[in-house]
Amino acid sequence: MPEKTIESFSVHWLQVLDEYGTCDEELRPLLDDANIKKLFEWMILARTFDNKAFKLQREGRLGTYASILGQEAAQVGSAFALKPSDWMFPAFREPGASFVRGLPLRMILQYWAGDQRGSLIPEGINDFPITIPVATQVPIGVGAAMAAKLKGEPIAVMVYMGDGATSKGDFHEGLNFAGVFSAPVVFLCQNNQWAISVPLKRQTAAKTLAQKAIAYGFPGLQVDGNDVFAVYRATNEALTRAREGKGPTLIECVTYRLGDHTTADDASRYRNREEVEQWKKKDPIERLRMYMEKTGLWNKTYDQEVRSQAKDKVEEAVRETENMSPPDPRDMFHFMFHELTAELREQMEGFLEGNGRQT
Amino acid sequence: MATLTMVEAINLALRQEMEKDPRVLLLGEDVGKNGGVFRVTQDLFDIFGEERVIDTPLSESAIVGAAIGMAIYGLRPVAEIQFEGFAYAAMEQLVNHAGRIRTRSRGRYHCPIVVRLPYGGGIRAPEHHSDSNEAYFVHTPGIKVVVPSTPYEAKGLLIAAIRDPDPVIFMEPKKVYRSLREEVPDEEYLIPLGQSRIVMEGTDITLITWGAMLQPTLQAAALMEKRGINPEIIDLRTLSPLDMQTVIESVEKTHKAVVVHEAPASCGVGAEVIARINEKALVHLEAPVARVTGFDTVMPLPKLEKYYLPNAERVAEAVDRVLNF
Repeated sequence: MPEKTIESFSVHWLQVLDEYGTCDEELRPLLDDANIKKLFEWMILARTFDNKAFKLQREGRLGTYASILGQEAAQVGSAFALKPSDWMFPAFREPGASFVRGLPLRMILQYWAGDQRGSLIPEGINDFPITIPVATQVPIGVGAAMAAKLKGEPIAVMVYMGDGATSKGDFHEGLNFAGVFSAPVVFLCQNNQWAISVPLKRQTAAKTLAQKAIAYGFPGLQVDGNDVFAVYRATNEALTRAREGKGPTLIECVTYRLGDHTTADDASRYRNREEVEQWKKKDPIERLRMYMEKTGLWNKTYDQEVRSQAKDKVEEAVRETENMSPPDPRDMFHFMFHELTAELREQMEGFLEGNGRQT
Repeated sequence: MATLTMVEAINLALRQEMEKDPRVLLLGEDVGKNGGVFRVTQDLFDIFGEERVIDTPLSESAIVGAAIGMAIYGLRPVAEIQFEGFAYAAMEQLVNHAGRIRTRSRGRYHCPIVVRLPYGGGIRAPEHHSDSNEAYFVHTPGIKVVVPSTPYEAKGLLIAAIRDPDPVIFMEPKKVYRSLREEVPDEEYLIPLGQSRIVMEGTDITLITWGAMLQPTLQAAALMEKRGINPEIIDLRTLSPLDMQTVIESVEKTHKAVVVHEAPASCGVGAEVIARINEKALVHLEAPVARVTGFDTVMPLPKLEKYYLPNAERVAEAVDRVLNF
């Protein structure tokens, strides 16, 4: 009996806007001028915020912070495709996406400054708080998507993760569940090439991360993650598929972490400057700017206006954060259960009578 | 009123809660058509269909993770982990998310899940199928841990667990699943979480236990009564939160206590119970509180498990040691 091919697969690559700002008009998503400007403005805001957060950390005004420098298109382009009724489950390097969702800038600062109130997602925003344990948000997002499907609500769930997450069991268990139950979920992997000091080739021997979806029975595609049009187009299509009951999608955004892993890291210990310089040439904001200049959507006055507004918003967020009253230590106890248990009450009262008596 | 096994009582509780509340659903390995490997979910697939009795992939972390996601989305999932020895794969979800999401989101989200976990030895099960691992969960902030000891208890506690707004690990003693029958009301009833019960009143010594160890403790009490000793037996029912008031009141009366559990001794829940007795009632004690527990060994395979598991004789010996101190 001859061997035969019983199944074959392909992984597609999508780029709409190249690094010189040249756009493939046939692939350009249906975005009007106002929305293209919004993408630009959100990316400027994300970068302005990121620069400020980094500086605050260096000045000792913020704890650890995970920079998003270079990943603005992957975050803004994807979150821009979400509807308010959709749900979003971030990892810990997605403030750009969270802002598009409506999360006040102040909350990200507050969280990284060590105040748990920064992860109180305001009512009306269907987002999960930042998730630090890598990939653990994946099965949870899938569960939310399964619940939406069971309730007959036509929404989609987006779960963010990085390249490192694709090595974790929860990534595989979560994607497998999503495939089996045809859950309305989009997995948005920001492949920024580095998981702290470990390069992509130490995470996987596979040529792409996108192809991991194939094993779970749903499509995976790779997009230029520094191309905001490609990210938006791919995400929008995947979210639409999900909302229409056509199941999950994995989108691998190929991007690059221009900064250190976090402010506690020094990337010069493990990667060379030339690599970073090469990626700087693929800057996601600059290429959209060039496109907008060519199409008359950008000029210097507009640019200055956008940057100055972003700076004002960020400065305002810093002021708000630094003017917050300190958190109430009783909150440690009060939010453990719906009702304070007898043992927690006893511990809290002991604390309040002891070194907590100033509170 | 019907006379039911614990398996039947749990099945009845699940069915009644699912009939009452459309948000309640079951998920786990083999819980659907097969009715669960212990038949706890028998017939529920036929009654409620595949959307509410969900056979999942073999995937403990995703079973618990998906249950958390469903709970955040407004459902009331009851997840089954087939055996306690497979729960370790789901620990990260329990510790990092189930027990934390209320506090992390400052109350915006909460996690009303129940994770059913058949546990313990004495049924000649294969390796990794007989652990008594409640201490890991009790040590985890934000999670409640319930261990029923009889069919009646199982039904009332499970209904309370399903209606509880916080995550509950519901540990079902496999040894008791079918070895004990008792009258279980058809109608619904709740046994509030966080309240222990006095199973037998006595004056001479307090025996504190839970789950599968209640039966050998009762047998030990029968041996003692023949010798004129009247023990008081307390079934803790809920290990987190732990109701110490009943225990303290009893120890103030008897001045002596023994804790009996199946799990290894070191850092077992018995150690916590004794620490709290010492904190609250040390001056009432006439002897150090004794422990009768499993050993700090790996749970042995069936040919040796009878030596590992505490039995009536070991409990009676410990009582003698305390009484003769």
